[in-house]
Amino acid sequence: MKLHFEKRKSPSGTVQVLVPVVSFLVSLLLTGLMLAAFKVDPVATYLAMYRGAFGSRTGFGYTLVKAIPLMLTGLGVSVAFKLRFWNIGAEGQLVMAGVGATWVAIFWSAWMPQSLLLPAALAMGCVFGALWAGIPAILKVTIKVDETLVTLMLNYVAILFSQFLYYGPWIDPKGQGFPGSAIFPEAAWLPKVFGPASMGIVFALILAVVLWIVMNRTKWGFELKVIGANPASARYQGIAVGRNIILGILLSGALCGLAGACEVTGIGHRLQEGLSLGYGYTAIIVAWMAVLNPLAVIPVAILMAGLLVGGDAVQMRMHLPKAMSLVLQGMILFPMLAGSLFTEYTVRRSHKAHTPATAKEGGA
Amino acid sequence: MDFFTAILTATLRSGTSLVYATVGETYTERSGILNLGLEGMMMMGGTAAFIVAYYTNDLALGLMAAMAVGGLMAAVHAFLTVTMRANQVVSGLALTLFGTGFASFLGKRMGPADGINPYQLAGLSGPRFSPVPIPGLSGIPVLGALFRQDILTYALYLIIPLAWFYLYKTRNGLNLRAVGDDPQTADAMGVKVFSVKYLYTILGGMLVGLGGAHLSLSYTPGWSENITGGRGWIVIALVIFSMWNPSRAIWGALIFGGITALQLSLQAQETPINVPAPFLSMMPYLMTILVLVAITWWEALSKRVGAPASLGKSYMREEK
Repeated sequence: MKLHFEKRKSPSGTVQVLVPVVSFLVSLLLTGLMLAAFKVDPVATYLAMYRGAFGSRTGFGYTLVKAIPLMLTGLGVSVAFKLRFWNIGAEGQLVMAGVGATWVAIFWSAWMPQSLLLPAALAMGCVFGALWAGIPAILKVTIKVDETLVTLMLNYVAILFSQFLYYGPWIDPKGQGFPGSAIFPEAAWLPKVFGPASMGIVFALILAVVLWIVMNRTKWGFELKVIGANPASARYQGIAVGRNIILGILLSGALCGLAGACEVTGIGHRLQEGLSLGYGYTAIIVAWMAVLNPLAVIPVAILMAGLLVGGDAVQMRMHLPKAMSLVLQGMILFPMLAGSLFTEYTVRRSHKAHTPATAKEGGA
Repeated sequence: MDFFTAILTATLRSGTSLVYATVGETYTERSGILNLGLEGMMMMGGTAAFIVAYYTNDLALGLMAAMAVGGLMAAVHAFLTVTMRANQVVSGLALTLFGTGFASFLGKRMGPADGINPYQLAGLSGPRFSPVPIPGLSGIPVLGALFRQDILTYALYLIIPLAWFYLYKTRNGLNLRAVGDDPQTADAMGVKVFSVKYLYTILGGMLVGLGGAHLSLSYTPGWSENITGGRGWIVIALVIFSMWNPSRAIWGALIFGGITALQLSLQAQETPINVPAPFLSMMPYLMTILVLVAITWWEALSKRVGAPASLGKSYMREEK
């Protein structure tokens, strides 16, 4: 007897829900065993994490603060992944957008009507994010340069460029040499809507719905799906593949950019260290766990943000490193990755294995 | 020591961990597996090496622990991406998340309970590899830098040519390249594709672990939070920069290591040239992108150099 793997025509719905849920439980169990091995009470740890992230209005507010950039970059990354464009540059797009928004907020405020300052800063963030994503998109479409590696390299360039600005020409003249730009004028502050969480949460929720409609109910969304599934057949159907990839990636970059713009206008109100906290990398996991469905990105981002805030709580109450949340994130992913086999394939037993025709070793 | 000898000495010291990891990841990628988990694997390698060396006072055991941990984490990656056909990018990122998190966790749990900071690894000093200058040779101007290093760096002078020879001049090396470029054909020719992918992913992981060990046992002896400081990601760039050829790994590492060394020495002294430090640090990444563009172009023209053609793709043996 041997096992056969057959590619499913479309991923199974039940399995798609079952795999993340089971994976989450498995990760709690594995991490719990690990904690117990180090003589740490797993139940108390999990309770502290849960209470820290979701147990109070303040805690949930901070969870939302971290969920906003995860939602927006998660949406951005899922658009790119739909096109099979492995954009792992969300981090760089977020940072460049922070630079763009800062540029408008600080240097345009002298002549721009104050009421337009915030929208202009957010829009400039989207433009910077889109342009930064546009570089690998154009390289990919014109001369087929691998986008995974280019987007990854551009993250470093973006982070270093932002450092150059806030250590150098953009440093706050009144900051006594402390690295960081000047504080934005208040007209460029993104209002808070839920505790410490800014209006970014509203943008993310609206954009998730809009993106779902665009991807599932419009001709363009359909074209993007066809390109992702099979570029050759898309070309045969008369779809402009190259142009659509570039447009899709510009959209992806703009969404990641909005995340960066919301971070600088909503939290620090200046360009400084701590804009790049790795949201762009977690976004890949968010998008992937949400099976690239924009509506699912929202709850997954809240869960991942909850893990991050829970990690802080564990550090304060249990004196465990907050990196615990990274261990948990990793631990969720391992069973999920293993489970992805079952969402994309059906497994069949075959009893023909002893006939000479199929006598060679099973492939999986 | 004159300025250039000092810079080259520091460059080699700083580049050693990069070269180990670059040779390792080159072998992994040659089998068609992209492993983005290097940052987490190096961090775990360095942490394991320090813990074992600290408690046993045996550097060799520390190195073995680093190799075991690196190999084990790579085996998880191989299982997920080869057997379970999972997405290589996500699996690698999961390893990095887990590795950085777990290394930090160990750093706060594995220290001695009776120390000044109970259970903390940070601040402890354990055994370390020291530079062993070779009499005579180490006195040569500039090139003497090659001969005032520690044993792990000297070992590279053997490992690099061996890694090159194995990849290009042996039957096994040919099979490995065949698996990375065209797994279907390699399979048809009787190469055990899955075993090859497992073997070189794990071997690569062991070398990556050693790279981490060089950090905690020699370059910056001791354990600290974020001991790798992004080196795992730099290695991904170095592999491309060296066009998947182990003999070129040294050049990329020299450039990256040199930039680090140069920055440190520029900070230490007043210099007439004033290049903002971030731009200096940016150069390697920009150069990697340029190299990538150039080889893609060149490949389109001549098909002579470059990336394993199946890099990042799952291999499915029986499609019905």
